Amino acid sequence: MARYFIGKFVSLLFSLFILATVTFFLMKAIPGDPFTAEKAVPPEILAKLNAFYGLDKPIWQQYITYLQNLLNFDLGMSMRSQYQTVSGIIADSFIYSLQLGLIAVVVSVIIGVALGLLAALYYRKWIDTAAMIVAVLGVSVPSFVVAAFIQEWIGNKLDLLNPAGLNGPADFIMPVIALSALPVAFIARLTRSSMLEVLTADFVKTAKSKGLRQQVIIIRHALRNGIMPVVTYLGPMTANVVTGSVIVEQIFGIPGLGPQFVTSVSNRDYTLIMGITLFYAVILMIARLLTDIAYAFIDPRIELTNRKEAA
Amino acid sequence: MENMLSVSDLHVSFRARGGEVQAVRGVSFEVKPGEAVAIVGESGSGKSVTAQSIMRLLASPPSYVKQGSIEFMGRDLLRLSDKEMESVRGKDIGMIFQDPMTSLNPTMTIGRQITEGLIKHQGLSRSAAKARAVELLSLVGIPNPEARYSQYPHSFSGGMRQRAMIAIALSCNPALLIADEPTTALDVTIQAQILNLMKDLQKRLGTSIILITHDLGVVSEVCDRVIVMYAGQVVETGTKEEIFRSPQHPYTRGLIRSMPHLDQPKHEKLIPIPGSPPDMLQPPAGCAFCSRCEHAMEVCLNNDPELLKVGESGQQAKCWLHHPLAKEVQQA
Repeated sequence: MARYFIGKFVSLLFSLFILATVTFFLMKAIPGDPFTAEKAVPPEILAKLNAFYGLDKPIWQQYITYLQNLLNFDLGMSMRSQYQTVSGIIADSFIYSLQLGLIAVVVSVIIGVALGLLAALYYRKWIDTAAMIVAVLGVSVPSFVVAAFIQEWIGNKLDLLNPAGLNGPADFIMPVIALSALPVAFIARLTRSSMLEVLTADFVKTAKSKGLRQQVIIIRHALRNGIMPVVTYLGPMTANVVTGSVIVEQIFGIPGLGPQFVTSVSNRDYTLIMGITLFYAVILMIARLLTDIAYAFIDPRIELTNRKEAA
Repeated sequence: MENMLSVSDLHVSFRARGGEVQAVRGVSFEVKPGEAVAIVGESGSGKSVTAQSIMRLLASPPSYVKQGSIEFMGRDLLRLSDKEMESVRGKDIGMIFQDPMTSLNPTMTIGRQITEGLIKHQGLSRSAAKARAVELLSLVGIPNPEARYSQYPHSFSGGMRQRAMIAIALSCNPALLIADEPTTALDVTIQAQILNLMKDLQKRLGTSIILITHDLGVVSEVCDRVIVMYAGQVVETGTKEEIFRSPQHPYTRGLIRSMPHLDQPKHEKLIPIPGSPPDMLQPPAGCAFCSRCEHAMEVCLNNDPELLKVGESGQQAKCWLHHPLAKEVQQA
């Protein structure tokens, strides 16, 4: 077990190193720099700025310096937002994305699993059809359509909620709906197909032959075995939702990480691009690690080891 | 002795794309307390469907019982509510399935899977149920039951899993144990162990057994009485001795001839039954075995025979050859 976590940690560091390297050089390959603006900056000031941020040095030297700072957990200063550190910007905006994302994850899992379960239990009945229509809609309607639609109707026309901003608990409702639409649909479909398979498994028949109640059989015996595909999907999905959706956050005017990332790229804010990219990678890898742990927790046949051969 | 289970005129069908598959067509048989009865037949003969109908385990739809009754200890199981049926399953009737590799829940400890029924049916506390489960594990011959109790099925071998399944099925001292091909998925050496275990437990606990199998060797090990099924019908019944020594239905005779014997001369070939069973979407009007039968007569084609008494004992065969009017036929 300890070896497993050490192994995971080493591979995390290695992945981060590769990612940092590739991002660094790709970023430098984009034309323009942080100080290119509509209004020309006097060359003396430009030279001073470049010197301040170390941009006057050869690229390999910049790279080495960046890695050295990284080892000290220093992501540097933002090149466009004055007096702000990259970690500060990430921390400030991540808090919104995280809150929103976690709520969306919980909502998606509850509604998605419930829909999928109902569809499987009432296979080929109208409940199944209705649930799958919802699922197809959720998968195929893009989140910006959902977001704009509910903003227009619930926010403007019916005037039930504030169309934008994040000032109270009620303001979470619409962004969460927009963020959850796709995951709900996806989880519902995963749950349905996997439950349909599990419900015909021999051990479910065994459970029935013991005289257990239908609800007990479904919850205790079937669901635990049928939930695995959802857990698999949950890792990357959580990372995705928690790090902020550019579109949804933009539409509802939420100062989350998503819009920050987009602005950082168009601003060529080198340190911020690097910082958010690495941050996203860390979150993704943590989510994957949690998925692995959840696997081992749910299915006793899975052991957390580094060995290649199956136990 | 009073019958403990009596199945009469059971018809079970499945709704399928092409129409109605008549899996079981008028099966009747009885089981007495403490008796071991084998239901023998090839795949698709309706033996498993019959067994699962007793427990009402078949999903409906697509399956449905068209007619008949299943009297168990004075009650018709087919008329019980779902709730009443739950208190019969696992408590009065236990069941063992064919494939021990898939019939245990992989995400639950063996112990929990045994105690589940005990807690539900006997109202035992968790600790009492655990003590009983450990006792059951050692009863079915699992060494080190204390440690095995908290292990998961993947740490058990196939034979061990089937032993655990037997422990689950017998946990509440059921009056009847239905074993649906319990040894089909096991190695031959393990098969013998499991059969001996079942025989031994039957003697000790006085449980009645219905053993579903296609393996006549298994039948001779465990059972007192044999029911031979073909195309959803009972074609012959009798004691084990009667069926093996003097099979009266051409199908039973064919089955026995196609089984290898140890004392068979090396070069003697086994004689298979030619042809294949009829399509249960459109079962034939006459005797279902007619098209494969070497003794087929004109009457067989359009008239389905009744189960006819053969000799003085209880042996019965569903064949026109045993009709009083049929002329004596040279037996093969």
